[in-house]
Amino acid sequence: MEWETVIGLEVHAQLKTKSKIFSGAPTAYGAAPNTQANVVDAALPGVLPVLNGEAARMAARFGLAVGATVHKRSVFARKNYFYPDLPKGYQISQYEHPIVERGRLLITTASGEKVIGITRAHLEEDAGKSLHEDMGGFTGIDLNRAGTPLLEIVSEPDMRSAAEAVTYLKTLHTLVRYLDICDGNMQEGSFRCDANVSVRPLGETRLGTRAELKNINSFRFVERAIEYEVRRQIALLSSGGQVRQETRLYDSARDETRSMRSKEEANDYRYFPDPDLPALVLTEAFLAEVKDAMPELPDAKRRRFCEQYGLSVYDAGVLTASRELAQYYEDAVKAAGAEPKLVANWVTGELAARLNEAGLDIAFAKVTAQGLAGLVRRVADGTVSGKTAKDVFEAMWAGEGDADAIIASRGLRQISDDSAIEEVVSQVIAANPKQLAQYRAGEEKVFTFFVGQTMKASRGKANPAKVNEILKRLLAP
Amino acid sequence: MTLTITKIAEDLAAGRCSSREIMDDLLARIKAHSALNAFISVDEEAARKDAEAADRTRRAGGGVLAGVPIAHKDIFCTSGVKTTCGSRMLADFVPPYDATVVQKMKAAGCIMVGKTNMDEFAMGSSNETSFFGPVRNPWDHDRVPGGSSGGSAAAVAARLVPAATGTDTGGSIRQPAALCGITGLKPSYGRVSRYGLIAFASSLDQAGPMAQSAADCAHLLSAMAGFDERDATSLDVPVPDYAAALGKDLKGLRIGVVKEHFAQGVEPAVLDVLREALREYERQGAVLVDVSLPNSAHAVPCYYVLAPAEASSNLARYDGVRYGFRASEYRDLEDMYKKTRSEGFGPEVKRRIMIGTYALSAGYYDAYYLKALKLRRLIADDFARAFERCDVLAGPASPSTAFALGAKNTDPVSMYLNDIFTIPVNLAGLPALSMPAGFVGGLPVGMQLIGRYLDEARLLNVAHRFQEATDWHTRVPAGI
Repeated sequence: MEWETVIGLEVHAQLKTKSKIFSGAPTAYGAAPNTQANVVDAALPGVLPVLNGEAARMAARFGLAVGATVHKRSVFARKNYFYPDLPKGYQISQYEHPIVERGRLLITTASGEKVIGITRAHLEEDAGKSLHEDMGGFTGIDLNRAGTPLLEIVSEPDMRSAAEAVTYLKTLHTLVRYLDICDGNMQEGSFRCDANVSVRPLGETRLGTRAELKNINSFRFVERAIEYEVRRQIALLSSGGQVRQETRLYDSARDETRSMRSKEEANDYRYFPDPDLPALVLTEAFLAEVKDAMPELPDAKRRRFCEQYGLSVYDAGVLTASRELAQYYEDAVKAAGAEPKLVANWVTGELAARLNEAGLDIAFAKVTAQGLAGLVRRVADGTVSGKTAKDVFEAMWAGEGDADAIIASRGLRQISDDSAIEEVVSQVIAANPKQLAQYRAGEEKVFTFFVGQTMKASRGKANPAKVNEILKRLLAP
Repeated sequence: MTLTITKIAEDLAAGRCSSREIMDDLLARIKAHSALNAFISVDEEAARKDAEAADRTRRAGGGVLAGVPIAHKDIFCTSGVKTTCGSRMLADFVPPYDATVVQKMKAAGCIMVGKTNMDEFAMGSSNETSFFGPVRNPWDHDRVPGGSSGGSAAAVAARLVPAATGTDTGGSIRQPAALCGITGLKPSYGRVSRYGLIAFASSLDQAGPMAQSAADCAHLLSAMAGFDERDATSLDVPVPDYAAALGKDLKGLRIGVVKEHFAQGVEPAVLDVLREALREYERQGAVLVDVSLPNSAHAVPCYYVLAPAEASSNLARYDGVRYGFRASEYRDLEDMYKKTRSEGFGPEVKRRIMIGTYALSAGYYDAYYLKALKLRRLIADDFARAFERCDVLAGPASPSTAFALGAKNTDPVSMYLNDIFTIPVNLAGLPALSMPAGFVGGLPVGMQLIGRYLDEARLLNVAHRFQEATDWHTRVPAGI
């Protein structure tokens, strides 16, 4: 039997607000335990939550970016359950009336473009953390994360493969960073993902019983966990078994998913509207303001890069993968004054390779956009060859100065003067009579020997185009 | 002994006495009347020191509350001072911050004398659910003072303090005020900040003043009310000078007499007292209008779904993890939760947590919680209709005078019915007060006056005019 995989994703994106969603405590990551929590976060008796307006603004920005309905009225609800790192004994979330509903995200996969539906996105608070290590057998509670704003983004079950799911996740990841609402740091848990996975016989329209996969916090793990789960479910169904509706935990060390709790064991969260918080009401003016402040989105930017700079869809895609990279590129083009394609080659080539090697983000590039533009100008005007330029770039990366200074101090200026090149070429021909004879006898591949010798004699500085032209003329019988 | 705020302010201004002298006198009285069990904690040293400081800084033109002693219900967090909420769960809890109400009273110059006894987590109508033992009614030590703000009411009635704060979720200011013969006001929902007030039912809780007279309550409310950026449900509207608004005559005032409140189930003698009080209003030129609140009959069941539902969630934080009581022995996390909450909460609190948890459970939410919300709307609509025809509503604050200690302990429903006239007001978010209107068998009878939303000024004036013409509010229990 042929099987179809059905996947929906729930993403928790931590919003980049300075303070928490319902308290004034800071949201800095990595601070000493319980130093980023105040009386509200610790749920002392008598404290009350007050909504951080920035969180609402960020959620609205996201909603508008995915073409969703941003509700003018949404309601916070309490999700009740006991856990030591949940100080109030309930999480404030949105349940029946989320701020964002019915959006969509366009993804580009190997088989073309596809629209993934976004069911809803709602605001909620994060819980604290339980610490088990170095606690002498006790469990410690760190409330630094408690109350950090989250936007939970729930997709429709529109994805049909693990690869599609990863593409959706990456597209969403790019988007939230573009919108400047989430830093996207998956290691620090700023962008987390749960996957609802089911399979069904191809052609069947009803959904199969799903399993919810938790703890899949890297793109690679998402793919592997889904692939494992699909294999498990197909094997189960093929052998006459049934899939249980349950929550499963992905174990990356063993590359498998394990049952965490069944549907029957699930909590009754006893949701009800939080009486401490009035309904969140967004005015027309507020939404207009959010719309006006909307940055150019990845799709639009990619299309513009193709049109404005004459780039390939692929290059435009690479350059717009992050807002910072796109900005770097456009700064470099502007500084170079022209040659957008050449700049693109440098950014996606040498620069990307260096960043990758060093594991650095574009923000930490050791060659600035202006610096790169200076080098590109010297390649374009023939001052250095492309090959020499790579050495110059390396020197720039090492901090030896700007392109012109390095070219001057290392004497790398390209020789383009005809008579100077003719002199070198003449010397090379004179020194290699045997090869000259072979060439004139019709062995054209010897030509490259002469090119190499000429370049060597000029210590790489001769303009390769000119060398070709002059060699052809002087080698001719 | 007429230690009203107004009198204290006059005496202090005239230099007839000092805050320190008043404080010494009150502390002695509190000791002498310790059998009332009105206080959970009194910090004599701090109170005396603060009184001295007030004497040093007092100057002409200072506020009327400068140097006035006040007691806070032990539901308000007080920085560095034990705040128990009447529960074993918080028996040793010392908050690191002041409730907004506490802060505001401090800013107005009030000096805190101590923290008053109350029903555990404000759940009760007799003050018998307190972990620290029942409060006794100063008019008859074998009777209850009402609840949950029973300690505050008894303290004011026994003249242990000129004023106290209370909170009212279903009648917890008005019913004890009635049973103890003092004046207590529950402001409109949102009028006073709830920040630092330990939550029972967030959509109903409201703090308010308890004192000897409406005039004193007016001074207290002016200091207490106002927007607080730490409470998203507090109203961002200006606070009038309530005391300055007192004195307007009542000619043409339309007083709604609630048909359902003058009916069976109320002690006939109590109704006689109220009818006589209404005649006083007629003498002052007010007009009586018959009104009906048909849905109020459903208010008690509606309330006993909504309030416990909210409470079941509000009290989830008392889990033994971060502060408060934790059971001494337990096997694992779940066992720790169970033992901590079983041992830390009293039976009434547990009953309400169970009811509330049930009402919010999957499969029951629509039948209980949602239906109760709809009823709440109908009850509020009744009031809106009534207020088209009148300016204030009048009726009993409680169906009876103070009942005997232990009389209703074993019958929660009969206990709950004590708040039958006060609960609808909380559900509608309206302001209401109870003031002494007479006596039955030597026990005070409270009249409830209910006002339009944010119409506290009128309510206080209507009560004030009654108190200018009568002396019920100045009577004190024997031995006081």
